[in-house]
Amino acid sequence: MRMLTFAGRNAKEILRDPLNLAFGLGFPLVLLTLLSAIQANVPVPLFEIQHLAPGITVFGLSFMTLFSATLIAKDRGSSLLQRLYTTPLTPLDFIVGYTLPVIPIAVLQCAVCYVAAVLLGLSVTVHILAAVVCILPVCVLYIALGLLCGSVLNDKQVGGVCGALLTNLSAWLSGIWFDLELVGGAFQKIAYLLPFVHAVEMERAALAGNFAAILPHLWWVLCYAVVLLFVAVWLFLRQMKRQ
Amino acid sequence: MDAIRIENLTKRYKDVTAVDHLSLTVRKGELFSLLGVNGAGKTTTVKMLSCLTQPTAGDAFLHGKSIRTESADVKRLIAVSPQETAVAPALTVRENLALMGGVHGFSQEKCDRKIEELTALLGLSTVLKRRAGKLSGGWQRRLSIAMALISEPSVLFLDEPTLGLDVLARSDLWDIIRALKGRVTVVLTTHYMEEAESLSDRIAIMKDGKLLICDTPEAIKQTAGTDNFEQAFIRIVREVAQ
Repeated sequence: MRMLTFAGRNAKEILRDPLNLAFGLGFPLVLLTLLSAIQANVPVPLFEIQHLAPGITVFGLSFMTLFSATLIAKDRGSSLLQRLYTTPLTPLDFIVGYTLPVIPIAVLQCAVCYVAAVLLGLSVTVHILAAVVCILPVCVLYIALGLLCGSVLNDKQVGGVCGALLTNLSAWLSGIWFDLELVGGAFQKIAYLLPFVHAVEMERAALAGNFAAILPHLWWVLCYAVVLLFVAVWLFLRQMKRQ
Repeated sequence: MDAIRIENLTKRYKDVTAVDHLSLTVRKGELFSLLGVNGAGKTTTVKMLSCLTQPTAGDAFLHGKSIRTESADVKRLIAVSPQETAVAPALTVRENLALMGGVHGFSQEKCDRKIEELTALLGLSTVLKRRAGKLSGGWQRRLSIAMALISEPSVLFLDEPTLGLDVLARSDLWDIIRALKGRVTVVLTTHYMEEAESLSDRIAIMKDGKLLICDTPEAIKQTAGTDNFEQAFIRIVREVAQ
């Protein structure tokens, strides 16, 4: 009950910020529409809706990192967390309370992207549901990054690191905007050592109904998600003790 | 009965001793002020008493509960209004109060009742539906104190509650703090001498983590040989420095 009260407050803080809605929902939809329009004029296989939509749903999650990191960093800066640390809320309440509300927001963002993709020509199949389910581990990965950044950075630094650096890393190293094989070499190797491209390829496989192709990518995403979550929880507890 | 009993409380950060063997008691229902120049150890003391920071040595007991070994029990007894206003900016005043009631495990009914009581006590009815982030500094301070009071604490820590407020807002807040006297044990930290003198039953003056004096405002002035409390504070702090 205590944790749900705290989670409810966090959901309201995120959803009541018009900038969050603009970036979280508006920006992925604009990208989807714009790139589909380009594809209609200059056909590029990568921008075909069945390739583009999964990429956009993953890219959109980088804003979830920004939202959760900003919220935590602001709470630390305003001493609201200090006030809450003197209440009976436990460390687990804080961690779940910051994580839980972002999950439905992320799933909603993913669902809205696929609805928009359907309007832009994506075939309606049951595989869309599989793709929405597959977004969950990716969602945990991005939320863990948010918890991690929010625990160590102030809100201005969060804007730079999550708002600029992570969104760019997530874009360049994910194979959404260009085929990584075109660059090849070390760039491609690094990209495949990071989780972003695996998340996108897992989503593409799920949407295509190619379930056998999901697993190899799922392990990458899950491993990163679990490790990042552990590091994030450790860093959060450390800053909590430092109060 | 003592609400707070502090025994040789010490906090060291690497080579800096922020609080040095502090021992004092605060009586139940008393309004007790901690005074000192910057770096005196006031905020560190409050952080230790509110279980935010572990002491390096010594202990303190709030209503008999140790801050070292019974922190969960201590947290049920206390509330803190930090130096910064510490409100949830996108939530309305009412939602902020409900948040604090909720994290203390109150039922909806009890939460509504407490919100009604505090709205009347702190005069919040006109701003109840407004978002906290849009309020003026004075209103945010009122809300901050209301958020601390909703849990019905036995001990309330107010860290610089009137910092940055204009004269009228400060005067309003003083009335609110006075109204708490006798009902709640209040530990106040402040830089304003007139605030400490006007509100406090007793005052502790600290410097470099050490307790210099702990007495009533009148007795402190008498000890320092002056009628002016600010002068008394300066004399006591300077005497130690010399």
